[in-house]
Amino acid sequence: MSTIKILTGNYAVAWGVKLSRVKVIAAYPITPQTTIVEKIAEFVENGEMDAKYLMVESEHSAMAATIGASATGVRAFTATSSQGLLYMHEMVWWASAARLPIVMAVVMRALAPPWSIWNEHTDLMDQRDTGWLITLAENNQEVLDSIIMSYRISEHEDVLLPSIVGLDAFILSHTLEPVEIPGQDLIDEFLPPRPPKPFTLNPENPITHGGIVTPEYYMEFRYLIEKGMENARRLIVEVAKEYKNITGRWHGDLVDEYKCSDAKILIIVAGATAGTCKEAVDVLREKGFNVGVLRLRYIRPFPSSIVRERVSSVKSVVIIDRSYSFGGGGIIGADVASSIYGSNGGPLIHDYIAGLGGRDIGVREVERIVEETVRAMESGEKGIKTLWFDLKREVLE
Amino acid sequence: MHKIPITPIMKPSEGSMGSTGTWRIVKPVVQHDKCTYCLQCWLHCPESAIVRVDEERKIIIDYNYCKGCGICSDVCPVKAIIMVEE
Repeated sequence: MSTIKILTGNYAVAWGVKLSRVKVIAAYPITPQTTIVEKIAEFVENGEMDAKYLMVESEHSAMAATIGASATGVRAFTATSSQGLLYMHEMVWWASAARLPIVMAVVMRALAPPWSIWNEHTDLMDQRDTGWLITLAENNQEVLDSIIMSYRISEHEDVLLPSIVGLDAFILSHTLEPVEIPGQDLIDEFLPPRPPKPFTLNPENPITHGGIVTPEYYMEFRYLIEKGMENARRLIVEVAKEYKNITGRWHGDLVDEYKCSDAKILIIVAGATAGTCKEAVDVLREKGFNVGVLRLRYIRPFPSSIVRERVSSVKSVVIIDRSYSFGGGGIIGADVASSIYGSNGGPLIHDYIAGLGGRDIGVREVERIVEETVRAMESGEKGIKTLWFDLKREVLE
Repeated sequence: MHKIPITPIMKPSEGSMGSTGTWRIVKPVVQHDKCTYCLQCWLHCPESAIVRVDEERKIIIDYNYCKGCGICSDVCPVKAIIMVEE
């Protein structure tokens, strides 16, 4: 039986973790995340959750402990914010490249200095290259549902990459909203215990993972992470549909669209600000502006093809970027621009991924790259294309 | 060529240098009458060269792999492990 409770975004995270039957939680307190792990500690303490709760001395250790737990095959969780997330950053990379389906809540908060505990997305955006799936919620209901869906997506054998569920500091984390809590039986059916594949740590049959790989093979492991990301695009859509079938709720898949079908002006935004934008769209439409909202529910994998399609049917685009890359520009702005490149001309761009993990790039390789691009140009290819240079296809599949 | 796994996985085996016990210049010797079986040595040994025999509450040092670093002797709270020259 589902019930409705009045919950903050942080408590919605804790309920999502409880419903997902997470077995290990390792965390360190930081504003504005703290009440997530406090609530989970309460669930564990009073026996409502059958889990091991680890108090650690830092966020770096929190992620390290979560990685260790996940490597043994159990469902593991942590949460952090801002400075804590940056302190954890080294381990954030380890989790994804070790292919561990951890879920982490990030309550998005500004970085110091100047010291600030309030909302923006830079802390989360700083993780965008790490190989984690990254989703941003619009409201507290979506926060709870996204935690549950993220385990399903992350644990799928075609993905095996961890997920971040981002929620805006205070706007969601500390604001009360009615949240429907699905029945445990419903979630148990949707999210069975984690599959043991493809490997787990077991003292009876010891293994080490994450050891050294020479330039000969490093790049192929990196490519496999990208393949997991590509597979996640499909899984995100499938899992969202399945979740709708059992709960009746739809938050979108890679994107969430509001009044986009006839829009001439498109607002592209992520996170809780999208709710405000939707309200603004209603006001603006009364004034005669044909506006729609394309909310990026995921920023990794980035919904490039949907963005490209929607942007091509409007006259202007507004991007609201709650983060910034100094010396670069707006972060979502850059990803949107890259997604639509080539739809209005411009030279062919081949973006070669080469030389990872120490693989040599010699003059011969540069010659081949240029010659290949010229051939593509002559055959009429346009736009931008990412190419993994000299991958050993035979060891991939 | 074999397909690679999704992340590099290694299984424990004898290293390319063989049994590393030959590197030792001093060796730890357990004085069993003093040992309280607190297992600090077992916990700290960087080579996992200390074997537990729980039934007898006794530790055995695997001299095939012990490199003689002396950490076990250092952490022993009752000075039951002494280092002697090979």
